[in-house]
Amino acid sequence: MNALFSRRARQSFILAGRYVLIALLLFFFVFPIYWLFIISFKTPDEIFHFPPVWVPKSIQFANYWVLFKDGDAITVWNSLVLASTSTIIAMVIGTMGAYSLVRFKTGGENLAVWVISQRLMPPIAIIFPVFLLYVYFGLVDTYLGLIILYTAFNLPYVIWMMRGYIEDIPLELEESALVDGCTRWEVLRKVVFPMARTGLFATAVFTFVFSWNEFIFAFVLTRTEVVTYTVQVTHYFGGQSNFWAKIAAMSVLGTVPVFITVATLQRFLVRGISMGAVKG
Amino acid sequence: MSDVKISGLHKHFDHVHVLKGIDLTIPAGEFTVLVGPSGCGKSTLLRTIAGLEEVESGDISIAGNVVNDVRPRDRNIAMVFQNYALYPYLTVFENIAFGLRARKTPEVEIQFRVKSAADMLGITNLLERLPRQLSGGQRQRVAIGRAIVRNAQLFLFDEPLSNLDAQLRDEMRSEIKRLHQELGITMIYVTHDQIEAMTLADRIVLMREGRIEQMGPPLHLYEKPQSIFVAGFLGSPKINFIPGTVVQTKEGMSLALLEGETVALPNGPFKVGQSVTLGIRPQHLGYAGGSSPIAGEVRLRRTIELVQPTGSRTFITLRVGGVSVMAETNSADAGEPGDPIELSFSSIDALFFDPGSGNALGVG
Repeated sequence: MNALFSRRARQSFILAGRYVLIALLLFFFVFPIYWLFIISFKTPDEIFHFPPVWVPKSIQFANYWVLFKDGDAITVWNSLVLASTSTIIAMVIGTMGAYSLVRFKTGGENLAVWVISQRLMPPIAIIFPVFLLYVYFGLVDTYLGLIILYTAFNLPYVIWMMRGYIEDIPLELEESALVDGCTRWEVLRKVVFPMARTGLFATAVFTFVFSWNEFIFAFVLTRTEVVTYTVQVTHYFGGQSNFWAKIAAMSVLGTVPVFITVATLQRFLVRGISMGAVKG
Repeated sequence: MSDVKISGLHKHFDHVHVLKGIDLTIPAGEFTVLVGPSGCGKSTLLRTIAGLEEVESGDISIAGNVVNDVRPRDRNIAMVFQNYALYPYLTVFENIAFGLRARKTPEVEIQFRVKSAADMLGITNLLERLPRQLSGGQRQRVAIGRAIVRNAQLFLFDEPLSNLDAQLRDEMRSEIKRLHQELGITMIYVTHDQIEAMTLADRIVLMREGRIEQMGPPLHLYEKPQSIFVAGFLGSPKINFIPGTVVQTKEGMSLALLEGETVALPNGPFKVGQSVTLGIRPQHLGYAGGSSPIAGEVRLRRTIELVQPTGSRTFITLRVGGVSVMAETNSADAGEPGDPIELSFSSIDALFFDPGSGNALGVG
């Protein structure tokens, strides 16, 4: 009895310890996000108040209102247009490319490796020639210019990931569809896409997030028309002072779309990533 | 119903010559089984007929039309795959309807045809399920159902039963045979299982290393194999091969075994001193009856090495001509290892082969 009691006590102690640890970790990771959200709803006084205001007395939207009034919020829209358009294009072209690599052995083994090697290049290495090229073709500060670049940068990743997912589709499923009366396009639509659905979503999310977070090209290649939110945020860091309220509000606007995307596609993400991990 | 004609078909995979000149005519309505050991090219041949592999040289024609450059979808064939090839995200109904939808069949007809195919296969109660909720046998029925609804002119089966356990395999084998009798469609069936080949086929095409070794009705191949390979491939338990030497006896040319027994040879180009392999099937080896051998009977007096009872029959292993020989008997009480035994066979049942080339010798 005594031994049982002590074992039970020990187990409770370990459990309590785990909860404390989890709480600490959660605090460590979640607090900065909480602080960001809270600042965006504070008045200037509350932001600079000492001791800090942990929970503001009232939620006020003035910081956001300013962003919309000044037209700064349009940069979030710009990011959304650029990221989603380039994601869709990269997914369509990349999936077809991956299918070709897998099923028709296009370019043998080497082409696939070359494709992924493109992803290893630091963007900064080509920013100068790209800038001159874009000036020449009038692509600076246009949606098209950035969409082309983002698509180009995401393609290797999409091809590489989708290659793994397509390899996992049993060939017999496609052959059966071919014999049953499908064309290659129909096989792609009716067999490959549904079979690789998890992978498609997971890859699309990563592609989207990459374009969403992209900074360096947007910084160099935009002026006023298609400035993205990542570039816009930097405008609030001044030489003399920083506009903390605007930074916070803009950062929240930039976080929410990604948050929604990831939350909706969570179940695909977890499976998709672990599948990719097994494939290597 | 369509006949299939294949002439001079060659196929390489990289540097491997997989099909080395196949000439084959499959009459309309016949059940043809392509059989052979793995790597003999039987699956490649089937896939080439389906259009899933390109024709390198030679011709394939279905119902009189050369289909070398015709896409699989336009060949009007149905194919059943080894791993069933069911779409995991579609219900059984949609799986069966897949080919019909791909061909833009009217909905009313789809409903009717899927239901009647399901009836025929006894899977009507499964139509709303997903493939992962089915057993192996049920999946195989769905796969066959998908072929039936299509009203195809030619059915191709690529080792459809090899993923099933033994009992289900027997059941599905009868089902496929029954299906062929009911539909009367030309069927080509690939297997490495000689029992499936023997039981299903109107005609067996036995392949080896990219060539057709022998083709014909199952019993013809079984009784009159053209080579050691064919004799050894068909029949279970396997045929016994016993080495011997040609000698001249009073009765004519005979084959002398290591222990001195002689077997009368048929007419043929035999020469004294020539090495010849004797082939005798286990079921042709029985207990010797009567006091003296009748004409053409060969008696073997040996000791039992091994006894394997199966219930209905018993396999006895003994040593003849330096090799292990198996006899299949009806006896439940066959004796113990070490017991003396006298077995006999009729020289009419004996087959003779040239050990060098492997070809059959004489007229058995």
